[in-house]
Amino acid sequence: MTGVQKRFGATQALRNVFLEVAPGEVHALIGENGAGKSTLMKILSGAYKPDAGSIELDGAPFVPANPHHARQCGIAMIYQELTLAPHLSVAENILLGCEPSRRGWLNRKRRREMARVALATLGHENISCDKPVHRLSIAEQQIVEIARVLIGQPKVLIMDEPTSSLAQTDAERLFAIIERLSKRGVSVVYISHFLEECKRVCARYTVLRDGETVGNGDMQTAEITDIIRLMVGREVDEIYTRVPHEIGDPVLELRHVAGRTKPRDVDLVLRKGEVLGIAGLIGAGRTETLRALFGLDPICNGTVLLFSWDRTHGTPSDRLQQGVGLLSENRKEEGLMLDRSVADNLTSTRYAPFSRLGFVNGFRQRRCVSDWIRRLDIRTRRATQRVAELSGGNQQKVALGRLLHHDAAVLLLDEPTRGIDVGSKAQIYKLIGELAAEGKAIVFVSSYLPELLGICDRIAVMCRGQITAIRPAPEWTEDGIIAAAIGQGATSPS
Amino acid sequence: MNEQPRTSRMLALLNWFGPFIGLFAVVGLFALSSELRPVLFTGANLKLVLLQTVIVAVGALGMTMIIVSGGIDLSVGSSVALTSVLGAVLLANGWPAPIVILLIILLGGVIGAVNGSIIASLRMMPFIVTLGMMGVARGLAKWLAGNVTVNAPESLVGGLMRRISPNTLFPLPAGVWIAFGLAVLMAIVMRQTIFGRYIFAIGSNEATARLCGIRVQRYKVLIYALAGLLFGVAGLMQLSRLNVGDPTVAIGLELDIIAAVVIGGASLNGGTGSILGSMIGALIMAVLRNGSNQMGWPNYMQEIIIGSVIVLAVGLDRLRQTSDRT
Repeated sequence: MTGVQKRFGATQALRNVFLEVAPGEVHALIGENGAGKSTLMKILSGAYKPDAGSIELDGAPFVPANPHHARQCGIAMIYQELTLAPHLSVAENILLGCEPSRRGWLNRKRRREMARVALATLGHENISCDKPVHRLSIAEQQIVEIARVLIGQPKVLIMDEPTSSLAQTDAERLFAIIERLSKRGVSVVYISHFLEECKRVCARYTVLRDGETVGNGDMQTAEITDIIRLMVGREVDEIYTRVPHEIGDPVLELRHVAGRTKPRDVDLVLRKGEVLGIAGLIGAGRTETLRALFGLDPICNGTVLLFSWDRTHGTPSDRLQQGVGLLSENRKEEGLMLDRSVADNLTSTRYAPFSRLGFVNGFRQRRCVSDWIRRLDIRTRRATQRVAELSGGNQQKVALGRLLHHDAAVLLLDEPTRGIDVGSKAQIYKLIGELAAEGKAIVFVSSYLPELLGICDRIAVMCRGQITAIRPAPEWTEDGIIAAAIGQGATSPS
Repeated sequence: MNEQPRTSRMLALLNWFGPFIGLFAVVGLFALSSELRPVLFTGANLKLVLLQTVIVAVGALGMTMIIVSGGIDLSVGSSVALTSVLGAVLLANGWPAPIVILLIILLGGVIGAVNGSIIASLRMMPFIVTLGMMGVARGLAKWLAGNVTVNAPESLVGGLMRRISPNTLFPLPAGVWIAFGLAVLMAIVMRQTIFGRYIFAIGSNEATARLCGIRVQRYKVLIYALAGLLFGVAGLMQLSRLNVGDPTVAIGLELDIIAAVVIGGASLNGGTGSILGSMIGALIMAVLRNGSNQMGWPNYMQEIIIGSVIVLAVGLDRLRQTSDRT
């Protein structure tokens, strides 16, 4: 792939990407969240079209028209989330969409045979072809997924974070499979945050940062610290407003908090007037921690103290009454009612200021909402406009406005600046500072390190469901956070 | 830039008037026939249409609430049959009419509360739960009536739906006024109360509702129970109309009610719908029936026409929404 570019509206997702993979090579594609890895792979697999640049496959120009076409040309993709039909059997899944048949009649015997062969090439003929897939373990399901891809005789196999849901031994098995495939001449593009893994299986690497190829080389001889530097080495060009604020007594304390699978064991103290950042990779358990804290997911172990009271268990409505508010990372699906008005979205947790005996005074509601619209600078035509018609940044301000209108003392903000424009971002940073100055306690989860370093008082880093390090923000560097986030124990303090 | 607000406001207006346009179209089409025109607009006929609307309309009040909250209730027809049979049996046994009326409505509420509790506590699909209740309530009605039609003696109940002077529009039967009053009440509940906002919130996005601290499951029980009370009122009207408790009555009524709500602009995905729209929807259905009767069209024609109108109404709605988005 040479000079590939891709724009989405105003954002340039890919600027200038070069990627070269030899036949039978296992190639690591490395980069932070949002560096453009997924976009690049979606272009390669035909889901997106590039705006500029060229792709060559076996020396011939290759323009995938759609995912189906890309698959026919020998490009296969394994997604982070498995895409199997859980109720169908292993054999049915492996040959889904390309069933051996004669005049529309299914050839069951041949199907089972083909599935068995595919599993055997992976060295896993022990998986029964007739078992429904949902009765297999996650690791086995992944093998089925790979077997399915092999039916198409791929030349290039893209694997996106294949080990993120696997235990260590299962990961080893996966590496063995990758080696087998590579010996058969299949090229593998291996996307992962975990650099040791890349070192274990990959021959070469390419690092993406902010949509550009910033480096490549031989994986075996490369220093992990050099690669980390390549991943983060960008200039900080955004303005982070720091509003001076005083840090007071603890308001929220977590002691050994564990959820069903994530978080595993989290200790954390949040003080009045403090902005506490939580960094970590996708899947590290940051969102899950907030959800458990807010009562959306159960807390299975440990205690939560709110203003020194034991408040371990509670529903979201209890939490709101206790003065805890959550901003969902998923604005469109969870955070907002898109087809309802700005007014209803902003006030849905607290109608009290403009209602009596259960009756809402629409006029006073709109007046109250207008105040918030002005204060937060929400660009909307009127308070009754549907939220779906607003831009992402303004939608996020509505969602944030709900917490402010509720007057929550503890704000759990999950990726508050995801997918919004720089102007809105700056406004939200400023707002967070002002809230801290008012004495609110704020948890700020983000995957974007400059903003964490820019506005937080302290930053905690999570990895695999645990907090691996917590330090005042000035003592962190981006490299240090990345190292802690990928579980590089040596560089994280005890 | 200035153009956009105007068009969106126009669309909003069109949204609001949509059901009315439908009603006018249906009435207008029937009025094309010269033999029908003199009959259609007489007080007597209008009264008949209103009377025929009452049961579907009262049912649609409850159904609107349920559908807006993202649910569905298929047990309405059976619920109407069971409550009306209970009323007839009690009246036949000499119970005083006011208490019977109260019990009829209460039974409707209980059925709804059972539906709601199962849906909320087991997180089951409303479709399945109320489908089950449809069978259970129908069976109970037959058992209670001993599988025959129960004649109720003359009482206050029978007076609710009687036409005192069949040839003029006024006085309207009490049932029509009750339906009208309930519609106004429900419109206020849906639009002006916190409870109403919660119904829309739950139907619009249950995850968000939960995030906003709305006790979603508790409200679901409440919604189905309240709707059940209204279905009880519909049962009362059913009993009043013929003054008999017939366990096989109102089969398929739930589909008429759902059709009325959907024609009125509600989405089965929840989050949208209005009492006014549903009432117009109920009227459209009644006018279609009445007009077809007056034209002397056979029953099967009516069914074909009403079926087509449902698809047409919702199809137009969909078209409007897609054009709205682009």
